[in-house]
Amino acid sequence: MENQPFIPDELWVKCPVCKNPVLSADLNENNKVCPKCGYHFRIAARQRIRITADEGSFREFDAEMTSENVIDFPDYTRKLKNARINSGENESVITGLASIGGYPVVLCVMNSQFMMGSMGRVTGEKITRAFEYATENKLPVVVFTVSGGARMQEGILSLMQMAKTSGAVKRHSDEGLLYITVLTDPTTGGVTASFAMEGDIILSEPKALIAFAGPRVIEQTIRQKLPKDFQSAEFLLDKGFIDAVVPRGEMRDTLTKILRLHSGEILTEEGETDERI
Amino acid sequence: MSAFDSVTAARANDRPTAVDYITRIFGNSFIEFHGDRRFADDKAVIGGIAELCGKAVTVIGLEKGRNLNERMERNFGSAHPEGYRKALRLMKQAEKFHRPVICFVDTSGAYCGIGAEERGQGQAIAENLMEMMTLKTPILSIFIGEGGSGGALALAVADEVWMLENAIYSVISPEGCASILWKDSSKTAEASECLKLTSKDLFKLGVIERIIREPKNVDSIMFDSLKTLIAQTFDKLGGLDTDTLLEKRYNRFRKY
Repeated sequence: MENQPFIPDELWVKCPVCKNPVLSADLNENNKVCPKCGYHFRIAARQRIRITADEGSFREFDAEMTSENVIDFPDYTRKLKNARINSGENESVITGLASIGGYPVVLCVMNSQFMMGSMGRVTGEKITRAFEYATENKLPVVVFTVSGGARMQEGILSLMQMAKTSGAVKRHSDEGLLYITVLTDPTTGGVTASFAMEGDIILSEPKALIAFAGPRVIEQTIRQKLPKDFQSAEFLLDKGFIDAVVPRGEMRDTLTKILRLHSGEILTEEGETDERI
Repeated sequence: MSAFDSVTAARANDRPTAVDYITRIFGNSFIEFHGDRRFADDKAVIGGIAELCGKAVTVIGLEKGRNLNERMERNFGSAHPEGYRKALRLMKQAEKFHRPVICFVDTSGAYCGIGAEERGQGQAIAENLMEMMTLKTPILSIFIGEGGSGGALALAVADEVWMLENAIYSVISPEGCASILWKDSSKTAEASECLKLTSKDLFKLGVIERIIREPKNVDSIMFDSLKTLIAQTFDKLGGLDTDTLLEKRYNRFRKY
């Protein structure tokens, strides 16, 4: 799973699912969804923001915040440095103010290119601040998750981020505000067991792996092979844990529709329908 | 004593489990309640109500079992989603009847299996974290053995968290950490050091409020003094108005 390649700059890319060669340009045109089989390649957080938020609307929060090796964990300083270089980002989540279909939201987008989206103190802090900002300014929150879970290299302090972010989500929720989560491949561990599963509305991209314990850990524990599609978005939909599976190309419109229905502007004072419909 | 000595002690078969604590502290006053009202009764979680120094309390524990048969029945203290949902049900009941909640934590982690995933292990833990943060009654969590990751935290979003001297609390098992870090799950001792999982480490990191000294042979003096400490703490927390209690709880976790 960690070995899944990001799309190189080459002209042709082989789809890992249908094995067909796809023109890079076509793939990019199609938001990195395979035009032949519909496989959703992982995409970087910045690209996610570009295809989700209204053009030019994104105002980033806490862009400079970076992690330190607080518990002096072996090799973590080097790993952090590499993650910054490889992803071009300072942390595993980007947060900020944006609008989607004209509706203002606080938007958080996790980044699989930064230590597989693992949650450290800064990840938790940025998400917590984003929720606190949204609570104060009475805004909905949209979070795109992708994560291998809590960041082992920060020890217990990474685990505490699960409680911290959950507290901020709860305060936001108690103010009657909307929180939409969009689960993307893969969302696992401590992120699944905290803010990913705390949305009022939980959407997912097709075929995304969504799990508390990853498939390998389970196979090791129970010593048997798992059924195909176990822990896929479609499996979770069937089990009742997510609201809808939405293809990438429809995500922006779906979010806009949901935001509009929560905006309180569907009916005007005279009872006439809003013109935006 | 090394970090790995603590890991060994925390997992020792003769270590008192949640049932021992409940029996020694609450005696005959404990009444066990079962089930999550949704799916099943998870025996890895024991819960109910009891009397503590003249007052009613809700008691919840992650129970590993004290012999092989019990361990099988208790799934070695690894709860399924229904266990966390039972715990939350009892906590909500505690809120309704204005009694404080005490949790005894001892688990290598939430269970990793097909049923656990199918029934939403992640969702169950997440819900506990969220709901415990604003539960309008005092919560105290005591780590008596192993505190394995999210499965332990799901009973530890509390006003105070204490640890027995040789208990451990970690984001990942030392074995898991070693196999990721060095592709060698036998390097448990080194990983135990790296993770900062002992009571001393966690006290230094500000993750726990108190370390409970363990005598060589656990005796009634330890349980008696623990009982007094718990009662005093509930008196102290019970004296706060609800808003203050919840503000302090939020800030307790906000600071990390």
